[in-house]
Amino acid sequence: MRPFQYTRAPSLTEASHLTAGEDTLAIAGGTNLLDLMKLQVETPGQLADINRLGFADIENTDDGGLRLGALATNTETAVHPRVRADYPVLSRAILAGATQQLRNKATNGGNLCQRTRCFYFTNIDQPCNKRKPGSGCGAIDGVAKLHAILGTSDQCIATYPGDMAVALSALGAEARISGDKGERNVPVRDFHCLPGDTPWIENVLEPGEVITGIALPAPVGGTQIYRKVRERSSYAFALVSVAAIIELTDGKFSRADLAFGGLAHKPWHDPRVGKCLLGQPPSDALFDKAADILLEDARGFGENDFKIPLARRTLHSVLAQATEGAA
Amino acid sequence: MADTITVNGTAHPVPDDPRVSLLDFLRQHIGLTGTKKGCDHGQCGACTVIVNGIRINSCLTLAAMHDGDSVTTIEGLGTPDEPSALQRAFLEHDGFQCGYCTPGQICSATAMLEELAANWPSDASESLEESIAISGEEIRERMSGNLCRCGAYANIVAAIEEVAAGGRS
Ligand SMILES: Cc1cc2nc3c(=O)[nH]c(=O)nc-3n(C[C@H](O)[C@H](O)[C@H](O)COP(=O)(O)OP(=O)(O)OC[C@H]3O[C@@H](n4cnc5c(N)ncnc54)[C@H](O)[C@@H]3O)c2cc1C
Ligand code: SF4
Ligand code: FES
Ligand code: FES
Repeated sequence: MRPFQYTRAPSLTEASHLTAGEDTLAIAGGTNLLDLMKLQVETPGQLADINRLGFADIENTDDGGLRLGALATNTETAVHPRVRADYPVLSRAILAGATQQLRNKATNGGNLCQRTRCFYFTNIDQPCNKRKPGSGCGAIDGVAKLHAILGTSDQCIATYPGDMAVALSALGAEARISGDKGERNVPVRDFHCLPGDTPWIENVLEPGEVITGIALPAPVGGTQIYRKVRERSSYAFALVSVAAIIELTDGKFSRADLAFGGLAHKPWHDPRVGKCLLGQPPSDALFDKAADILLEDARGFGENDFKIPLARRTLHSVLAQATEGAA
Repeated sequence: MADTITVNGTAHPVPDDPRVSLLDFLRQHIGLTGTKKGCDHGQCGACTVIVNGIRINSCLTLAAMHDGDSVTTIEGLGTPDEPSALQRAFLEHDGFQCGYCTPGQICSATAMLEELAANWPSDASESLEESIAISGEEIRERMSGNLCRCGAYANIVAAIEEVAAGGRS
């Protein structure tokens, strides 16, 4: 690890002030940042430790929702009685990720900001436009099994690797962000960016902005499923994942909130997919139509071509499970 | 008062160099070499310790972030004369071959039993809300962050299962 200065941020204002500097990064759980610092992928001159700033609580909100502190751990979130009862897709998504030791340390804010697992990004001897703008993308013609099939650019085809944010996207959660210009709320669906010509920009955080919490809307019920397809049944990143909140009324879809992991540089939410289901009775033909819409613009890069049929089948299977008995 | 980290009941000053991981602090600064370094990247679990009752990977956290915290390592769980229930069960079930992963396995399992007692669900749990039935499947999922290069898994699970079931005392 390169030498750095360690500063414990004494207040949120000071944390913003510190991280507004180009050479300073916030550290929360450290499970992603320290990993990347050991690999010299991240080389900050200063770390601002935000762990003692207090926004670690999980609290009911006035509108019946729930506010998850950015510093609450993934475990505290997944095992919280209200998350288990009212937002089971979120508990399931978190529990499907990493390991208990990692989830015990990982924070909700850090989880949203975790960086891609692209092998070229994490190996400083390889070309990577995200890590070193202009150096090229090793993955496009290389090892691309984990890579994206939607929303890619000719600069970068990396995926956002996390699980939690996929569930948050399906749930319509909002990130609460604080900076020197005040506070703002950003829907998780809009928090992450597509790579475009600036693959090093992964989310909408401006310098000095800190995530303080995540607001979940009032619970909507329904059948909630998080299906993660991976190479082994535990402790692996998603090849494809689907977060689904499904409700049928009189045998027809009355709610279909869907988000997808492993497909793009962000949790993928395409409102047209859910919309095509609404008002229709479940059927194989309808599920295929939903997959057609989802994958209309999908493009593989050789090694990850399998993700296109895999995403189709996973969506099909989740919809079939959610509507079992009704179709 | 200087910043300190309490390890197995004894307070130690936090190291000056912020780069020191909690793992290197334990092994190199205070000489507790029971905790092992496998990958140094959060992937193998050999470095698992218990901080304020919670198991974490000590390789992916800085010692400087832990002042005021209370850390339990394998040395704090039992001694050769008075092993903990899990330490004894690992011996009885041959829950290791080379033994390199064992301190991490035992620290991990020790905290895991508390998580089970608190009814924390896992990816293997049928229900998020009902009380969790202890099974081999639950134990394997909950211990998936501890790799064993020797493949002693079957005996590791048997040792933990015995203690989880309230086995012999
Ligand atoms: C072996 C391994 C397996 C894993 N498997 C999975 C998996 O299957 N699924 C999955 O989803 N994840 C997985 N992870 C990733 C893990 O979930 C993340 O490392 C973790 O969530 C990051 O949280 P943290 O608090 O440790 O972040 P940190 O490492 O502290 O920070 C990560 C980034 O976020 C920034 N940051 C942190 N908090 C804030 C904040 N409040 N505001 C603004 N910026 C902030 C930091 O500056 C840094 O850039 C795995 C990790 C490892 C090491
Ligand atoms: S896919 Fe993105 S992260 Fe991976 S090498 Fe290409 S530019 Fe870098
Ligand atoms: S040494 Fe920490 S997880 Fe491998
Ligand atoms: S006993 Fe050798 S690594 Fe587990």
